[in-house]
Amino acid sequence: MSIITPAIGPALAGGALIGLVCGTMWLVHGRISGIAGIARLALQGPDRVWRLWFLAGLFAAGLIARLAWPHDLAPGYASLGWLQLIVAGALVGTGTALANGCTSGHGICGLSRLSSRSLVAVVTFMAVAAITASILAALA
Amino acid sequence: MKPANALFAGLVFGLGLLISGMADPARVLGFLTPLQGWNPTLAFVMGGALAVAAPLFALARRRGKALDGGILPDLPRRGVDRALIGGSVLFGLGWGLAGICPGPGIVGLALHPLQALAFLVPMALGLVLGQPRKDGASGKKTR
Repeated sequence: MSIITPAIGPALAGGALIGLVCGTMWLVHGRISGIAGIARLALQGPDRVWRLWFLAGLFAAGLIARLAWPHDLAPGYASLGWLQLIVAGALVGTGTALANGCTSGHGICGLSRLSSRSLVAVVTFMAVAAITASILAALA
Repeated sequence: MKPANALFAGLVFGLGLLISGMADPARVLGFLTPLQGWNPTLAFVMGGALAVAAPLFALARRRGKALDGGILPDLPRRGVDRALIGGSVLFGLGWGLAGICPGPGIVGLALHPLQALAFLVPMALGLVLGQPRKDGASGKKTR
C-alpha cells in the first residue's frame, strides 16, 4: 500500500523477527527472550552457555550490519555524551534487574503471556522514558 | 539448548533490532518525544513483534509444555510490587536518557564499540547488584 511511510515496513518486519525469536524460544525451549535477563544470567548463571551464545548472536548481527551495510545503522551514538551513556547504563541495568525485565522481557514476552505485571512495567517505563526524553529534548 | 540454536536466535533477534530501527538511539529518542517532532514508527516494532509472538505463546500455553519436552516455567506470581514499579521507573529514566535498552546496547557493541561499552559496563554492574533480595523482607544482607 502506498499510504505507509517507508519506515513502517522495516519497523514491522524487524519487529516480526524479534517476535518470532521470542515466541519460538518459549514454544520450543520454554525460555524467555528478555535481553536483560539473558545478560544477567549469562554473568551469574545458571545455564550460562546458551545465554552467552545468544548474546554472541546479537553482537554478530551488529558485526554483519557494520561489514555489509553501506551506512551506519546506529548514528545516534555519535550525539551521546560519555556521562550520559554511563548513567543511562547504570539506570537500565539496575532498573531491569529490580523489575525483572526490559523492553523485550516485559514488552514482548510478558505482554504475549498476558502478564499483568508486565503490562504495569511496560506502561511505567514507557511513560517515564517519554517524560525523561522530552524534558532533555526541551532543555537541549 | 544447543549453542548453534542460541547463536542463531540471537542473530535473528539482533537483525530484527537493526532492521526495525531500534538499534539507533536517535530513532528511539525520536519515538520517546511525542511533543517534539514525534517519529511514531517504532510503535510498529512492538506491534509486529506481538503479532507474531502472542500466537506462539498461546500455542505453548495450550500445549502445556515446550516442544523440546521441557517445562514451561511458571510466571512469577508476586503481583505488582515496589521492586517492579521502582525498577521500571529507573529503567525508564535510563532508556529516556540515552535511547538504549539492553538488546540494542549489545548490538551497538559492534557498531560503536567505545560508546556501547560506556553503556554496557555500568549496565552489567547494575544487573548484578540491582536484584531485589528474594528473602528477608528487611532487606538486610544475609551474607
